[in-house]
Amino acid sequence: MIDLQLMALLLTPLTGGLLLAAFGSRSWAAELNSLMSFCTFIAAVVLTMRVIDSGPQVAFNEQFFIDQFNVFLVALTAFVAFTTSLFSRPYMRIEQHHGKLTTQMLHLYYSMYQLFTLAMLTALTSNNMGIIWVSMEAATLTTVLLVSLYRTPASIEAAWKYFILCGVGIALALFGTILLYFAAERVLGEGGTALLWTHLNQVKGGLEPTVLKLAFVFLLVGYGTKIGLVPLHSWLPDAHAEGPTPVSAVLSGLLLNVALCAVMRSKVLVDGSLGTHFAGNLMMGFGLLSVVVAALFLSRQKDIKRMFAYSSIEHMGLVTFAFGMGGPVATFAAMLHMTMHSLTKSAIFFAVGHAVQKAGTQQMENIRGMLQVSPTVGWGLMLGTLAILGMPPFGIFASEFLIITTAMHDYPWTTPFLLIALGIAFAAIFGKVQPIVFGETTARRLPHQPALIPVFAHLLLVLILGLYMPPYLADWYRQAAALLGG
Amino acid sequence: MPISYSIQIINLLASMLLLIAFAMLSQRRILSLINLFAWQGLVLSLSTFVVAYSTDQHHLYYSAGLTLLLKVMVLPWLLHRLIRKLNVKWDVETLINIPTTMLVGIGLVIFAFNLAAPISQLSESITRGLIGIALASVLLSLLMMLTRRKAVPQVVGFLAMENGLFFAATSATHGMPLVVELGIALDVLVATFIFGIFFFQIRETFDSLDITNMEKLKDD
Repeated sequence: MIDLQLMALLLTPLTGGLLLAAFGSRSWAAELNSLMSFCTFIAAVVLTMRVIDSGPQVAFNEQFFIDQFNVFLVALTAFVAFTTSLFSRPYMRIEQHHGKLTTQMLHLYYSMYQLFTLAMLTALTSNNMGIIWVSMEAATLTTVLLVSLYRTPASIEAAWKYFILCGVGIALALFGTILLYFAAERVLGEGGTALLWTHLNQVKGGLEPTVLKLAFVFLLVGYGTKIGLVPLHSWLPDAHAEGPTPVSAVLSGLLLNVALCAVMRSKVLVDGSLGTHFAGNLMMGFGLLSVVVAALFLSRQKDIKRMFAYSSIEHMGLVTFAFGMGGPVATFAAMLHMTMHSLTKSAIFFAVGHAVQKAGTQQMENIRGMLQVSPTVGWGLMLGTLAILGMPPFGIFASEFLIITTAMHDYPWTTPFLLIALGIAFAAIFGKVQPIVFGETTARRLPHQPALIPVFAHLLLVLILGLYMPPYLADWYRQAAALLGG
Repeated sequence: MPISYSIQIINLLASMLLLIAFAMLSQRRILSLINLFAWQGLVLSLSTFVVAYSTDQHHLYYSAGLTLLLKVMVLPWLLHRLIRKLNVKWDVETLINIPTTMLVGIGLVIFAFNLAAPISQLSESITRGLIGIALASVLLSLLMMLTRRKAVPQVVGFLAMENGLFFAATSATHGMPLVVELGIALDVLVATFIFGIFFFQIRETFDSLDITNMEKLKDD
């Protein structure tokens, strides 16, 4: 039964990718894209129900493993992928109308969009550390041509940087995986089972600590490149700023989470083997550095998508930091923050995308008075910004509050850095978004009605979860946190 | 073949692998670089074959065959085709300061050997001394990617890094499970195709494959 449910989850985007590879240039390709994403979302919901009911399970000869931790990311990924496909339908049509995209480019976009979803879902559900690596690489391969979709010099440069840097990063992660296999082989023997996470998890106490230590450094640096941790982040702002907005939304909202999930899987093993806080300390260091450096860069940005890309680095740094602290509260807060960041950041990118289309530029000094042109875009952008800055009553306030109070309690010396960084980020982002929303307009009308329902749906969810977290949901997060050794 | 012979053969092949990595670091002609890459693949395939033979690991024969097919035939053929189409077959890159690069390379090798020393001692595999060499050739390829200013050599560096990783997998362990190896091979193949598409996109937009043209995106 679980085999079937998992197969539905993975085969739907695969079928979608193949169908859209065949019919991607038809006029109804956008609708088909949304339909396939919707089916994937339904499959994810069914799978989630199943895991909530009957706990962690393995499927397909133990090649796949689903527990509360990854199923929450599966549900989130499928949901945001679905809403992004709804957003991209009118967005891409407007881009085509403005002459920035051809039908051929859209064809590529639709089929790669589905395959990218497939790569992320495989990376999340795979039990095999080697296959996780293969699907992370596949996720880069499917998005790299999307970043250069506009074929402008800047977008090609961004895509090349993305490809080379993530390629190097992921190669280091492969070395880490090889070292992990090397340590595992001595305990589990040769053959297929030595890379299966569930098996490794059972014998983690017997894995050789010196090897695992080195393996984790390589894995963290490798997958950390994908998460966008400073100093490995330099591809991220470029790729987010130059790619089409739906791609920025899924890269920022989803891919970073998936890479972090791979790091967390490794951390559980390393913690079990070492019995020290080595992995946690490393993650805290990288996380704190990312938060501080990203905050400092925020105020210097002129391009709106670039600014929000730096904000993603800041938030992923915060999540990495919280996971690094460990313990039930911090891990709970980190997962909550991942959810809230995904929902809010993709909503912001949706609103930003339409604002940029109306203004005809990504330079913030030339985008003005969104509230006059379109109250929905203006309010979407304003509310999204307030949410991402951690204003109550939005959910990010709750998760940031939890992270900071835990830090105060366990690692007091980090609190001033965190608070100052969050303060700087607030001043920088709010100061720049405020004149974009209010003020006198210069913008134009769009040829298609923009889809803003996803923006408000995401923000509403973030608001509701900030005000009231249903007990079963809190319970679910708590169980997932316990699985990560929190 | 007694074990000690095969160890010596593998050691010889490993040192050739490292030597080729150094040769690639200093090679300025694109055509010769691709040929060196093919040679490295051949050495890799041979060493995998010897490990397979001496340890009687059947699945390693498959990966030796896969390496031969992919890294000695398909990828070099693809790259040759690409540089012919792009008309950069006889391109010579001006590399500044080859001696310094070589010295940095030697430093990297020492660093890699030191890093791998505690791990090598743990290994029961016949090829345990070789993890250091594998890591060294990964780092040398990384250095090559950093020092190059043209797109094609950068990609060759990327693929050579993959060779080093593959060597690490066969020398430290007896190769990854076959399904993982197939997945990696597929990724590398697709990546090479996408790199090929990129070469054309870059040339169309920037009129050359020189990536120094691409330094517009910066934070001021």
